[in-house]
Amino acid sequence: MKIEDRTQAIINEFSNFDDWMDKYNYLIELGKSLPLIDEQYKVENNLIPGCQSRVWLHAEFDGENVHFTADSDAVITKGIANLLIRTFSGQTPQEILSSSTEFLSEIGLTEHLSPTRSNGMLSMLKQIKMYALAFKAKQEMEKS
Amino acid sequence: MGKEDSVHTSTPGLGDIEAIRADFPILRREVEGKPLIYFDNAATTQKPQVVIDALTEYYKHMNANVHRGVHLLSREATTAFEKARENIADFINTRSARELIFTRGCTEAINLVAATWGRANIKAGDEILISALEHHSNIVPWQMLCEQSGARLVVCPLHPDGSLNMQEFGRLLNVRTRLVAISHVSNTLGTINPVKEIIRMAHETEAKVLIDGAQALSHLAVDVQDLDCDFYTFSAHKIYGPMGIGGLYGKEKLLKQMPPYQGGGEMIENVTFEHTSYNEPPFKFEAGTPNVAGALAFSAAIDYVKHLGIANIAKREAELLHYATGALKNIPGVVIIGTAAQKASVISFLIDDIHPYDAGTIIDHFGIAVRTGTHCTQPLLDSLAIPGTIRASFAFYNTFTEIDHLIKAVNKVREMFL
Ligand SMILES: Cc1ncc(COP(=O)(O)O)c(C=O)c1O
Repeated sequence: MKIEDRTQAIINEFSNFDDWMDKYNYLIELGKSLPLIDEQYKVENNLIPGCQSRVWLHAEFDGENVHFTADSDAVITKGIANLLIRTFSGQTPQEILSSSTEFLSEIGLTEHLSPTRSNGMLSMLKQIKMYALAFKAKQEMEKS
Repeated sequence: MGKEDSVHTSTPGLGDIEAIRADFPILRREVEGKPLIYFDNAATTQKPQVVIDALTEYYKHMNANVHRGVHLLSREATTAFEKARENIADFINTRSARELIFTRGCTEAINLVAATWGRANIKAGDEILISALEHHSNIVPWQMLCEQSGARLVVCPLHPDGSLNMQEFGRLLNVRTRLVAISHVSNTLGTINPVKEIIRMAHETEAKVLIDGAQALSHLAVDVQDLDCDFYTFSAHKIYGPMGIGGLYGKEKLLKQMPPYQGGGEMIENVTFEHTSYNEPPFKFEAGTPNVAGALAFSAAIDYVKHLGIANIAKREAELLHYATGALKNIPGVVIIGTAAQKASVISFLIDDIHPYDAGTIIDHFGIAVRTGTHCTQPLLDSLAIPGTIRASFAFYNTFTEIDHLIKAVNKVREMFL
């Protein structure tokens, strides 16, 4: 599935909620169901700096697509990580780099986009794009 | 529940709480469609109308630079500025207004002491003694000074209840201790430290003492002469005054010996390209155009607090703390972090093993402003082995009904996460 289709699916899911509590209950559910990250990747190196909760993000590249796993000690942050992984995992570096993150405001998570929230959503997004950029460079180097 | 209803709408001494709340325009605000419940007073307090008026009145009617012009406005501004200094100095009972230096806030006041007294007096092998509950503002300036001078930073541990381990304090204090820098009240745990005792003990070994009073001034009566501290630092914005101004009290004898802080206008006596001689304290430490409006509004805040009476404020806040502590303790799984016998109206807690960030996010949606995280006391939280806390800090304008709302929100958090 393309990134736009995935984000559209997320937007549709969130449009069912009419109050914040339902939305958060869903985020908590997503947090609890985030696939477990391999313990060996919960290392200092994969920690995203500047978050109130600890967030680990690990990326692997199979030569074509990037695969992300993540974990956090806060459940809401895990829920957000789940959304981001659903969107970006299994996509090519180029697709990730050219994708828009507008959908996050559309589902009403803008408050988490403010840098002062320091919950890691912005940092996670930035890190996801950084990985994509690095893998893209690697891909191009191997081609040439 | 519903403690407010009968006897408690009016607190003896303070009078009608609703009338007092009306002095604070921001308390009429709504958040998420609900009336704002502001429990982040340790971060900054809200401002009464008289303080806001003092700021705007200054710019409307009096604005001129101080200590410079001979024209009427400048003379008026200078007089008002120096009267503000006297009023604030009097509030903490300095010997004279010359012992009060205006700074940008508590952080700058501590940095000023580190940069001037510290650089002149701290040498390799000396020790600076702080405590495990200090705010970063009372850690990092000393760490920087230690790096520059080769001195050692020594940390006094706490008891499990969050009170200072005074036995350890006595043991750590020695002839190499040049300075003891300790907060009067902890912003994270609420602990009120036995500063008078600390100062007495430190002076026996001839160490100087700086008390970080950022969290104390709004909650309890401070008398720097009675304490006999060498330095006392504070921020206006934590005692209903504006941001961007605060103060450093220093004993005049010390201030006179200390080298200046920043160079510039105001702090000089005579300038030639070859040599500059410096003004007397406090001006020696106030280079550049000061925050005159801030000083006047700070003074207005002090007047407001004096009018309510610090003892009445303390009593009201003790009642709020007591009520909140009892109610939170009644919720299964809630653990209060910091249970010292002497506490200001700050209450840090955890809900089961729910991350404070998760809890804070939900509580925020109820329109309740609490703080979550490490509260600029990361080493303290590390030593307690917890990732942070949820902190509610009360001011006299908070109500028992508001606390009931917090309790409801905490129960809701448990429902959602457990
Ligand atoms: C105990 C303590 N010390 C120092 C400070 C620093 O105050 P300011 O940021 O106003 O300079 C604070 C503020 O949070 C504090 O709570």
